[in-house]
Amino acid sequence: METIACPDCDLLQRIPALPPGGKARCPRCSKTLATQRADPLNRPLALTVAAAIALLIANTMPLMGLSAVGRESSTTIIGGAREMWLQGSEITAVIVAFCAVIAPAGHVLFLLAVLLAVRRPPAPRWVGELLRSAHFMQPWSMTEVMMLGILVALFKIAQLATVVPGIGMYAAGAFVALVAAVMVTFDPREVWKRVEWADGRPPSELTQSAEGGPP
Amino acid sequence: MSRGVSSATEAGLLSCGTCGLLTRPAVAATPGYCPRCGTTLAWRRGSIQYTWALVIAAAICYIPANVLPVLTTTALGETESDTIMGGVIFLYATGSWPLALIVLIASVMIPLGKLVALAYLLITVQRGSLKNMHDRTRIYELVEFVGRWSMLDVFVDAFIVALIQLQPLMSVEPGLGVVFFMAVVVLTMLAAQSFDPRLIWDSLAKRPIHHG
Repeated sequence: METIACPDCDLLQRIPALPPGGKARCPRCSKTLATQRADPLNRPLALTVAAAIALLIANTMPLMGLSAVGRESSTTIIGGAREMWLQGSEITAVIVAFCAVIAPAGHVLFLLAVLLAVRRPPAPRWVGELLRSAHFMQPWSMTEVMMLGILVALFKIAQLATVVPGIGMYAAGAFVALVAAVMVTFDPREVWKRVEWADGRPPSELTQSAEGGPP
Repeated sequence: MSRGVSSATEAGLLSCGTCGLLTRPAVAATPGYCPRCGTTLAWRRGSIQYTWALVIAAAICYIPANVLPVLTTTALGETESDTIMGGVIFLYATGSWPLALIVLIASVMIPLGKLVALAYLLITVQRGSLKNMHDRTRIYELVEFVGRWSMLDVFVDAFIVALIQLQPLMSVEPGLGVVFFMAVVVLTMLAAQSFDPRLIWDSLAKRPIHHG
């Protein structure tokens, strides 16, 4: 049992012990407050490693190639931002680079560091800092929006030229699926239970979380 | 609401915006830092004025975003400019109404809907409205969830610009509209992040709340 306040409506309530897969909702505003994952740290770790590899491929391989009137060109994710910069729209280039490359990479790499570091509790303080940074990056990580944008761009260009999807495109698709899988298997509460407190105290619920562990 | 229901603030308790830890600040006026994760604590994040400023700035940028061209295409000496609506009409005219609909929703309806929804949330909070609190919280969650999809058109333009560089036959340049459009998306996302949905429920509390 853990007493919390709902982040959306501030209602004080206790979160009961949940069965695996069980959810706790706020009785007043119906915000989902907690979801009990079957294996909240190991599964997301495996998926995060896979996502990091997919992201590396997505950013280094060409996204798509284009051929028209005997000429060929291809682009990578960062190439989209680079060309915007060269064409004189620097702000757009920076935001595209941030939302398509920096935020997805930051989100996944911070999560990876957090998930590796909490394997041996008590986890040091900086783990909490990294988790906070990962939460900050998450809304700006827009790989799925970028994929849909590429689909629309491809359709518009298809009138003028032949477009061939590259390896980077498949890797970006895999990255989107893997990050979604990370988010439904990961439980940040488990990390906070294992992190050393900012005021120097060891994590208070270590014994409690050890009891309910999987057999 | 039923009797016995109490908010953390009414009980003098404060939950950390990062890790969720519930604490009782020694001095209510200056809550200090979360003992677990070190985040600066505040009774309510952001402020209504700050959110209003972002919403108004986004509303102003929304006009040039739709009027100015987002792409300028030069092909065989001819120059053609496209606005966001022009892009939607182009997709529809070339027989792809599902894509036209997606772009229309992401680029026109979501930004406008977000501006209207945020203004509605801010006005009802300022008036201390006690109506539809549950629905207003859901509207807030929706605004936060769909906001990112408005960035769609920026990505469409970026990849068209990146791919169609076949000088001297054909080239595409980004227009000023895309900068304003991006400003609308970023400002509304920041506005949604700075709005605290607990303000909706604060109208229920009997005593005044410390706005951060």
